[in-house]
Amino acid sequence: MTRSDRLDALDQLAKQCVVVLDGAMGTMIQNLKFNEAEFRGERFKDHGSELQGDNDILNLSKPEAIEEIHHAYLDAGADIIQTNTFNATSISQADYALQDLAREINRVGAEIARRAADAHTAKTGRPAFVGGGLGPTNRTASISPDVNNPGARNVRFDELREAYHDATMGLIEGGADLIMVETIFDTLNAKAALVAVREAFDEAKVELPIIISGTITDRSGRTLSGQTPEAFWNSVRHARPFAVGFNCALGAKELRAHVAELSRVADVKVSAYPNAGLPNEFGGYDETPDQTASHLGRWAADGLINLVGGCCGTTPDHIRAIAEAVKASGPRVVPSVPRRLRLSGLEPFEIQAA
Amino acid sequence: MKRQGIFINIGERTNVTGSARFRKLIAANDYEAALQVARQQVENGAAILDVNMDEGLLDSEAAMQTYLNLIASEPDISRVPIMVDSSKWTVIEAGLKCLQGKGIVNSISLKEGEAPFLEQARKVLRYGAAVVVMAFDEQGQAETAERKADICERAYRLLVDTVGFPPEDIIFDPNIFAVATGIDEHNDYARAFFEGTRLIKQRCPHVHISGGVSNVSFSFRGNNLVREAMHACFLYHAIEAGLDMAIVNAGALPVYQDIPEELRERIEDVLLNRRADATDRMLEIAERYRGDGAKLKVVDDSWRELPVTKRLEHALVHGIADHVEIDTEEARLQADRPLSVIEGPLMDGMNVVGDLFGAGKMFLPQVVKSARVMKKAVAYLLPYIEAEKGDGPPVAKGKIVMATVNGDVHDIGKNIVGVVLQCNNYDVVDLGVMVPCAKIIETAIAEKADIIGLSGLITPSLDEMVYVASEMQREGLDLPLLIGGATTSKMHTAVKIDPAYSAGPVVYVTDASRAVGVVQNLLSGNAKAHFASEVRADYRQMAEGRRRGRTDRQRITIGEARANKADIDWSGYTPPRPVKPGITVFNDYPLDKLVERIDWQPFFTTWELRGRFPDILDDPKYGEAARPLWNDAQAMLKRIVEENWAHPRAVIGFWPAAAESDDLRLFTGEDRKETLSMIHTLRQQMPREGDKANLALADYIAPAGSGRADWLGGFVVTAGPELEGKAREFDADNDTYSSILIKALADRLAEAFAEHLHERVRKEFWGYAPDEALSNDAMINEGYQGIRPAPGYPACPDHTEKRTLFELLDAEAKAGVKLTESFAMWPASSVSGFYFAHPDARYFGLGRIERDQVEDYARRKGETVAWVEKWMAPSLAYDPEEDKARRDAA
Repeated sequence: MTRSDRLDALDQLAKQCVVVLDGAMGTMIQNLKFNEAEFRGERFKDHGSELQGDNDILNLSKPEAIEEIHHAYLDAGADIIQTNTFNATSISQADYALQDLAREINRVGAEIARRAADAHTAKTGRPAFVGGGLGPTNRTASISPDVNNPGARNVRFDELREAYHDATMGLIEGGADLIMVETIFDTLNAKAALVAVREAFDEAKVELPIIISGTITDRSGRTLSGQTPEAFWNSVRHARPFAVGFNCALGAKELRAHVAELSRVADVKVSAYPNAGLPNEFGGYDETPDQTASHLGRWAADGLINLVGGCCGTTPDHIRAIAEAVKASGPRVVPSVPRRLRLSGLEPFEIQAA
Repeated sequence: MKRQGIFINIGERTNVTGSARFRKLIAANDYEAALQVARQQVENGAAILDVNMDEGLLDSEAAMQTYLNLIASEPDISRVPIMVDSSKWTVIEAGLKCLQGKGIVNSISLKEGEAPFLEQARKVLRYGAAVVVMAFDEQGQAETAERKADICERAYRLLVDTVGFPPEDIIFDPNIFAVATGIDEHNDYARAFFEGTRLIKQRCPHVHISGGVSNVSFSFRGNNLVREAMHACFLYHAIEAGLDMAIVNAGALPVYQDIPEELRERIEDVLLNRRADATDRMLEIAERYRGDGAKLKVVDDSWRELPVTKRLEHALVHGIADHVEIDTEEARLQADRPLSVIEGPLMDGMNVVGDLFGAGKMFLPQVVKSARVMKKAVAYLLPYIEAEKGDGPPVAKGKIVMATVNGDVHDIGKNIVGVVLQCNNYDVVDLGVMVPCAKIIETAIAEKADIIGLSGLITPSLDEMVYVASEMQREGLDLPLLIGGATTSKMHTAVKIDPAYSAGPVVYVTDASRAVGVVQNLLSGNAKAHFASEVRADYRQMAEGRRRGRTDRQRITIGEARANKADIDWSGYTPPRPVKPGITVFNDYPLDKLVERIDWQPFFTTWELRGRFPDILDDPKYGEAARPLWNDAQAMLKRIVEENWAHPRAVIGFWPAAAESDDLRLFTGEDRKETLSMIHTLRQQMPREGDKANLALADYIAPAGSGRADWLGGFVVTAGPELEGKAREFDADNDTYSSILIKALADRLAEAFAEHLHERVRKEFWGYAPDEALSNDAMINEGYQGIRPAPGYPACPDHTEKRTLFELLDAEAKAGVKLTESFAMWPASSVSGFYFAHPDARYFGLGRIERDQVEDYARRKGETVAWVEKWMAPSLAYDPEEDKARRDAA
């Protein structure tokens, strides 16, 4: 199948059912308990910085382990698997002195996922899609790192745009079907990513669907940078995404109201991949596959979502249970929203034509 | 938040091209104050903030980014969308890179052709913003309906078809131009706007149309009634044609149907270009309708039909004292006891006032008027209550002892706070001005007060407040202490007052509107502890932050600062000899000369009505409070002038002078042999960049040895003590409103006197600018040669220099102005200062000074270092106690 065949197939699938995303990559990697030497592999054995914890470098040093995780999720019933590139921007990789490899890590990450997806399709006849992941980076463009100087910033829009451009080019080259701008805690970072993604599309002469996924960081119901769900949607709607949604930070129970709000206002598909509940005192997640699936199954039955999966703490067993739970329900019907001039600060503001 | 109706309140004060104040703040890098401008606008209901940094001398891109980043850190401000406003694309793009929300670009156009238009539109879309497009193309601004529609349609097709811009995110501005200008080509401008709007709406689905309406009535500047009627008629037709958003003072607009038939017809003749002589016919009748827009409203007396409790409520809310005694009597006859009238309908009415004030729907002048009605009603009832020998007046929610501290005479702010608290049913014991510490504490104990409130205007009062706080601690009090007044600040409260009074809560109150909330919190059993500990934690953090900030600040020595003094070439300058050297005295100065020189802006600020004069009179939020206040002030001024209530006095003088380093030596005669006196000035000690000097006022006088015979001037003016007497009469009549009003006017008259006399000094008495001809606005903007800095204010913050100035002028005998022990002037409505004539002389802020300069200054003045540190405390760059501890340790 070519990329354009696959994208047609994705459109078809999304019309018929709730599309299933994969679960946590980080949790699965953690369970493998790689040591420093294993993170380094042969290629980075003399690298000057410690690499343990740099999950993304495993694309280059342990590609077979990553591919196996993708297979586990595909076998569990995921339609879309996400590349292992959450921290693969030059900005985040600078922590490991690997900023120059950002494009390669993304490209290879996409290639690994592509291999797994294509093998799965060959084996089962079921189309499988690769979502190229763009994480939030470890910097924020609209929050000051210095309490005494609220105007200070540790990253500029253009630096983010360049880093995201590089990463997106790698994902496109490696064969990603979609681009997923995800775990957005600062919408300005995401807006820089969306500019970069469009520029990369221009450069590579392709146009891929985009999923935009924000993070509601606590029960205030706002992003870390302070936006309400509707304000967040107004801020990113111009990118004409394939889907918009939320992931991470909260469990399904706590996230429901915010996804429902997005579902009400967004005239595109809605995605959601919550954590396996809230973290326990050791930072682990206790929600069982059945518990997570029972929440998400109800969301699907209530017509809130078009795409669903898991984030931190979820495993192939969770995805299997979720896929089972949403199978009976059709996809959310995308509402037609009246054309209005909709603006936002931290809160939405709507102007009606007279 | 959804918009209701057509008017979108766009905050336009954060625009350097529209607000001189904002421009000054940005130019001075005072982003903290600039941020307050944005905050006020959002608090006052702005739904969108327009930010514009288009000023030639600014790095506009950097200013835009700095300001928007700061806004982003303030959730109270950044909750609303931003309109990034610039005529330069690079500035717009810089702004868009700072917005996480979806804003509006204002604006782009086809002025430079299609290529840049398309490129900019693509970028606007990618950054995720809506866009204002002007009806402007390569040929210029569109004036006819057809051209407006053609240009907009062309832009629309490019945006929607070529760029893929969502049509609902396009806002066209088809240009509103002035009509009735007398130029025939302009006659069709309004009609062309209506017709153009109709065509654009037909040809460009989903777009919005916007416009700045006030342009249309530009020819009738000065006649607000006609202008507002024109705006109402214009909007009526424009909305019908499809206008979606209008930038206009909505609060000032009359209802279309209420406009007198004759006026409306002639306005519409003009707007719709219905007859060739429309402009002349409108001019014919315009003069008859001169006045302010509010007068179009008919006086509505129907409230007199309401039941008596509702009538009392209406009178309280609207501040109408006319019928209050009759209504109170009626209520008394109906009530079982006279006290029940207070506890019942009067208190209920004041609760409504309190709620409206709390909700931002009533403003200070209105609340103070309500208090006047209340006081009159209570005064009427008191004899009946006493006759009944019941259990006295009703129980208040709490008792507050208030005072202006020893050495200070200013009390307008304190009186306003007192009234506001009384309105909210607190018992206020006002000890007046110049109240010694012991009396404050004794009264608080004797009266079993719940709170003490201190006020002060001049900087030495800060020290006095610290003293009162420490005495409260020593006396074992633990009741809350409120701090307020023009010179006080949260920082000073946190760093100096709070630590002196650990036994009880100390709270800095920014303005009168905040006082009620603070007092409520402090007197509520449950919230008090939490509130007090939060405030204290906030202050401690602030004080700690300041301590940390101190250790790594940059400093330069006084020697280095002197080496970087103002670079004035004395060889090319001949100081003008005053036309009338020595002392000149003015008695009973004509008041009408002063009235015309009044700067009204600070008058409205006194009443916490914040906005530019005269725009504030039409302000959608404040206008309704500002217009009656303005009318009352005019009426009061008229009485002051016609009934000769005030007798302003002044004394001025000029002395031969020479600068010696940072001091000025004044001589008894023009032979410059015998010293008359020394004036001591202070020098800026912050590190300066580029060619900026470390200024001292002494820099503006020719130095000894320069061969130039220079002069220094000085003045004291006062509105006179008579108006304070009038204020006391009003107080005795329970008319606090008029009392505060007349004091505020007395302050304005004194300032106007200082301005007026300065002008005469420039033209006549010193006479170095005999031909100066400036408008009042240019005067207020200080567009003249020379300055008149006042001791105690930013260029020379040392109040003690007033002593020398007053001796030189013999001011107490010649003008009747005395100095208190804190160097406040009595009567309070007085102004004093020095005159400098050099063309380079300008106002500056001293900033903070280091210990080396303090030692040097003490030596020059013949005082001790500790004495200087006491009087200059607010200007010290160091903490004398910490500094001493460090020295002792070393």
